[in-house]
Amino acid sequence: MADNVTRETVLKTDHLCIQFGGLKAVNDVNLEIKQGELYGLIGPNGAGKTTVFNILTGVYKPTSGRVYLCGEDITGKTPIEVNKKGIARTFQNIRLFGNLTVLENVMVGLANQIPCSVFESVFRLPRHKKSEREAKERAMELLRVFGLAEFADYLASNLPYGKQRKLEIARAMATAPKLLLLDEPAAGMNPNETQELMDDITFIRERFGITILLIEHDMRLVSGICEKLTVLNFGTELAVGDTAEVLNDAEVIKAYIGE
Amino acid sequence: MEFLTTFVNGLSLGGIYAMIALGYTMVYGIAKMLNFAHGDIIMVGGYTILLFLAVNPIVAIVASMIFCMLLGIVIEKVAYKPLRGASPLAVLITAIGVSYLLQSISQMIFGSAPKFIVIAELGILKIGGLSIGYSTIITLACSLVVMIALSLFVKFSKTGRAMVAVSEDKGAAQLMGINVNNIIMITFAIGSALAALASVFFLLKAPTMSPTFGSLPGIKAFTAAVIGGIGSIPGAMLGGILLGVIECFAQSVPVISPYTDAIEFSILIILLLVKPSGLLGKKRREKV
Repeated sequence: MADNVTRETVLKTDHLCIQFGGLKAVNDVNLEIKQGELYGLIGPNGAGKTTVFNILTGVYKPTSGRVYLCGEDITGKTPIEVNKKGIARTFQNIRLFGNLTVLENVMVGLANQIPCSVFESVFRLPRHKKSEREAKERAMELLRVFGLAEFADYLASNLPYGKQRKLEIARAMATAPKLLLLDEPAAGMNPNETQELMDDITFIRERFGITILLIEHDMRLVSGICEKLTVLNFGTELAVGDTAEVLNDAEVIKAYIGE
Repeated sequence: MEFLTTFVNGLSLGGIYAMIALGYTMVYGIAKMLNFAHGDIIMVGGYTILLFLAVNPIVAIVASMIFCMLLGIVIEKVAYKPLRGASPLAVLITAIGVSYLLQSISQMIFGSAPKFIVIAELGILKIGGLSIGYSTIITLACSLVVMIALSLFVKFSKTGRAMVAVSEDKGAAQLMGINVNNIIMITFAIGSALAALASVFFLLKAPTMSPTFGSLPGIKAFTAAVIGGIGSIPGAMLGGILLGVIECFAQSVPVISPYTDAIEFSILIILLLVKPSGLLGKKRREKV
């Protein structure tokens, strides 16, 4: 593809390593993801995929190596700063705010986009009302995109499982990210739900022009929507490249199903 | 008639307890710690009023609320923040230490003898056979306004939603760009301002202040927060009002009035046996 050359690199990791005691959980991982790409990070259980996500989002600090977002070095920044710079994520085990409604969950994600100080909220100054209305409208818009508008007033914990996964993506999108990290979005879904999720992921990429990096075990989803893959095994890169190529790689097949 | 008078007095006292209990419950919900120095903020608030009373009573009240707010923030930054992630026991002991520190500093400055602090001389309202102090009415009205305003703030503002989010899942909230440190700071500020306000109402009821004044109302408001279900804002309000009404009725019966405190704490023990999570607290199922 000719336009690949001109496309901006959104995420780049440079010799990323993290060590927990004697264990090298992530060892020399070099990701390069271009604007608008749908990139998959796969590998057997315990390969270090979620650890990579935790480094990217600032939960862990890497032992060595750097992380660049759109050319800017974001290594070692706190999760809050990383989110403000433009990385949002979902979680392997859903972590919604169960005591808030569906709408309020998305509004929490919008917090940094809506200017309104505590002082203004406590004394209910004019800007408080305006910013609340704006937040509500923008949150509803996102819910409509994800087909969750009719559930806006439900408590998040009362949503069915598949919808909770969608709401997590909607909440992450509310923080206006450049890069969206999805941690096993299809985990626990039936084939129908997985199909719906695949459609949703491709749809939001088109609609928001966003770059997506996802961890997944469901090979149907990976081969169906990911353009490029990195395969991790025991924390190191086993293969990198176009999806079809990587999935036929002898080393990769060996790591997954043995010899 | 006497019944009604006692009831209104109870609601008013309950309003004060509720205001203090809100401080305990919000800090517990968001920072997951018991701030046992919270009661002493009431005492500091009272003495701050004394310092500014010569200027103007209203100025004194505002100054006291602002000073307590700052004090709450400083205590959190200096004493509790370095211990975030430490064992809950270490934080608890630190809070008790802060409590004694505040009491001792006040004793050094103001002496151990009680000081009279008269904010305003308010009369008694008589309607038919009903006689209720104006201070009671003001307390009741103010505490209702505060409770409604706080509920609105938590439900309908981005900071309020962020507070709920942080109380549920700090990590996830951070990854959504919520500044957890700021939210905890705001929580301490609001709780301490409410404690200062509570001291105003205590002084209207009985105009004396001593360095250990905060202990008993602190413990009682904590009891109220636990009765209502610690971590729950409506629970703190309900628990506070319930405790205030019970206290006033117990005191109105001469035979049992000496045992008022014992009765209140017994209710706590019995309630915890029947419903360990408090009246409005969430049941938490342990996952195996």
